[in-house]
Amino acid sequence: MIVIVLLLAVSLSVALGFLVAFIWSAKTGQFDDSFSPANKILFDKNNQEPKNQ
Amino acid sequence: MQLEKFTYDNKIVRNFAFATIIWSIVGMLVGVIIAFQLAYPALNFGIPYISFGRLRPLHTNAVIFAFVGNGIFTGTYYMLPRLLKASMWNKTLSYIHFWGWQLIIVFAALTLPFGLTEGKEYAELIWPIDIAITIIWVVFGVNMFGTILTRRERHLYVAIWFLIGTWVTVAMLHIVNSFALPTSLTHSYSWYAGVQDALVQWWYGHNAVAFFLTTPYLGLMYYFVPKAAQRPIYSYRWSIIHFWALIFIYIWAGPHHLLYTALPDWAQSLGVVFSIMLILPSWGGMLNGIFTLRGAWDKVKEDPILKMFIVALTCYGMSTFEGPMLSLKNVNAIAHYTDWIIAHVHVGALGWNGFLTFGMLYWLVPRIFNTTLYSKKWANTHFLIGTIGILLYAIPLYWASFSQALMWKEFTAEGQLKYQFLETVTRILPMYILRALGGTVYLAGVILMVVNLYKTVKAGSLIEVEYAEAPSLQSVPLPAGKQFWHSAIERRPLRMLLLSLIVVAIGGAIELIPTFLIKENIPTISTVKPYTPLELQGRDIYIREGCYTCHSQMIRPFRDEVARYGDYSKSGEFVYDHPFQWGSKRTGPDLAREGGKYPNSWHYRHMNAPEEISQGSIMPPYNWLLDDDLDTTTTPVKIRAMQTLGVPYPKGYDEKANADLRIQAEEITTDLKTNKIKANSRKEIIAVIAYLQRMGTDLKRAPEKEVKNLH
Repeated sequence: MIVIVLLLAVSLSVALGFLVAFIWSAKTGQFDDSFSPANKILFDKNNQEPKNQ
Repeated sequence: MQLEKFTYDNKIVRNFAFATIIWSIVGMLVGVIIAFQLAYPALNFGIPYISFGRLRPLHTNAVIFAFVGNGIFTGTYYMLPRLLKASMWNKTLSYIHFWGWQLIIVFAALTLPFGLTEGKEYAELIWPIDIAITIIWVVFGVNMFGTILTRRERHLYVAIWFLIGTWVTVAMLHIVNSFALPTSLTHSYSWYAGVQDALVQWWYGHNAVAFFLTTPYLGLMYYFVPKAAQRPIYSYRWSIIHFWALIFIYIWAGPHHLLYTALPDWAQSLGVVFSIMLILPSWGGMLNGIFTLRGAWDKVKEDPILKMFIVALTCYGMSTFEGPMLSLKNVNAIAHYTDWIIAHVHVGALGWNGFLTFGMLYWLVPRIFNTTLYSKKWANTHFLIGTIGILLYAIPLYWASFSQALMWKEFTAEGQLKYQFLETVTRILPMYILRALGGTVYLAGVILMVVNLYKTVKAGSLIEVEYAEAPSLQSVPLPAGKQFWHSAIERRPLRMLLLSLIVVAIGGAIELIPTFLIKENIPTISTVKPYTPLELQGRDIYIREGCYTCHSQMIRPFRDEVARYGDYSKSGEFVYDHPFQWGSKRTGPDLAREGGKYPNSWHYRHMNAPEEISQGSIMPPYNWLLDDDLDTTTTPVKIRAMQTLGVPYPKGYDEKANADLRIQAEEITTDLKTNKIKANSRKEIIAVIAYLQRMGTDLKRAPEKEVKNLH
């Protein structure tokens, strides 16, 4: 069942990648603000008529 | 702070949206056709290209990769630039992505009906298409990461995290599962064999559901539900926790597809534990979506888009509750191989993926076409029809699966199986009819949507480019560690980096996998021998016709299964099976020990007209096998491929194989003649009979009696 080792290795390396991404994002302050990101997406201008046409 | 001007490309969004709509009709129409074929086998018409076994992979591939795939890209190309305050990184890549993906789908539709398949569920597409998928997926990734790295919004909204997780994991799954050794442009053998192939396949299969049907759609949900409701997500903090929990747990749940099989116990238990844990993050996401609409129920009552989102989230909650339940061994013992699984995935596909896509389209199409939805009333009707369709689809199938599973397991007082397999099929046929009607009703709703959106598009005109402005991120000083990345991006070696990473990964894996796997495939059961050339050809026809879509080849160690099918399956029996054909559904009986159960003549007549041999059978006829000549020119290359994969044919056997093939074919033909069937020994049916008669017989062979025909 060497294939289990292969799958574990591949899965673990991806999981490790995500872990690094998580640590990076937490350290760079991605999750410091849990209020404004949720609201910000509602206020972009993409629903408006294009300007400077 | 200086404002930078940039644009959003709506044309690519429109393209993907139209593709989503077109493929939804195609995929679901094929689904309705095969649903009726199950109830009325006459609808197979004896035509190979539209027989169930070939259309079913077309249906699953069309719905998953064409409909949902384009749905993901529609949403992504709309929300990603807007969330990141940046244009898509490279417009050319966007269009290569679009046309590449559509071309892949067209090729899928042009190969599957012709029986060109790799024979692994949800990964049926032949190897050149697999490579095309990898390339286009990389194009998508480069474009997405390029956009992320050139963004003007420091914070990555949670939806983007879901897209990143999706991209990385799907790339990994697809590459690892698709390893195959080509024998021609359209045919290949899986690198893995038997149990190993099964494990890789369901690691892929489960995660295809997780990372193609779930995580990207959660990303869409986190954008479009708040947008449509005009209120922020219930808890942003919750969404972050939910994302990371999901991404770390999901990947380990695959073995729950192989409970009670020949897979090692510890791997099965690992799969079960992680599957149960999955309830928490899944429901976290579902509740987060539903709670977003708290206090807005008055809006939900009127707005068809929000209604669709609510049903989508409810269905997501249902299927993610059901999934862990089905992973419990005692539930799985009953539910596996029955229509329960079909109902379960359709609650997910029709409810979660379907309704979320429809809601997104109703919201998005009018916006990019600068108009309002043509008819809100029709959209409401679509909602109603669609919901009825889902219920009409799922409930009969749940019913059918309960009845059938109980009938399979019922014994008489004398200790005999109470029901013939066929009786358990004819009993649930009315449910199959209802299911097909449910699917039709659902499709009718989709057609109504198409008309509605068509009228909407006609009434408006596409805003091809939207203009936006935002301050550059560079105007804010960066932390020291990020300087490198920033300058690196400006010189754009990203493409190189990604491609080289992938090449390295593929190269490394190609080197490692075969050596390990081939060594592992030494049979632990001495009587298990490689297939004879004729059996091998027959097996390839079995795969071509998609027999695995209705027949399993895995007898679990239960009293009823052993009584019905024979000794339970051992992992050592499958070491030469490239690919494995365990199947996941018993629309027909298990075939793991089919060999020797019936005479050759029975198989000959049965394949020609199943209904004449066993009355009430819903198996389609395979009459063309009696007419078509077996292509023996492929035998040497197939034998050589098998040798490369570690199957111990004698050296130089590839050149002698066809002589052995002829001898065995003549033997079968002679036997048929004694039963008053005048058959031509060169026809495909002879190879299929040879394979069917071989299945599961190796264990019965006495060790000292070696197979003669391999010398």
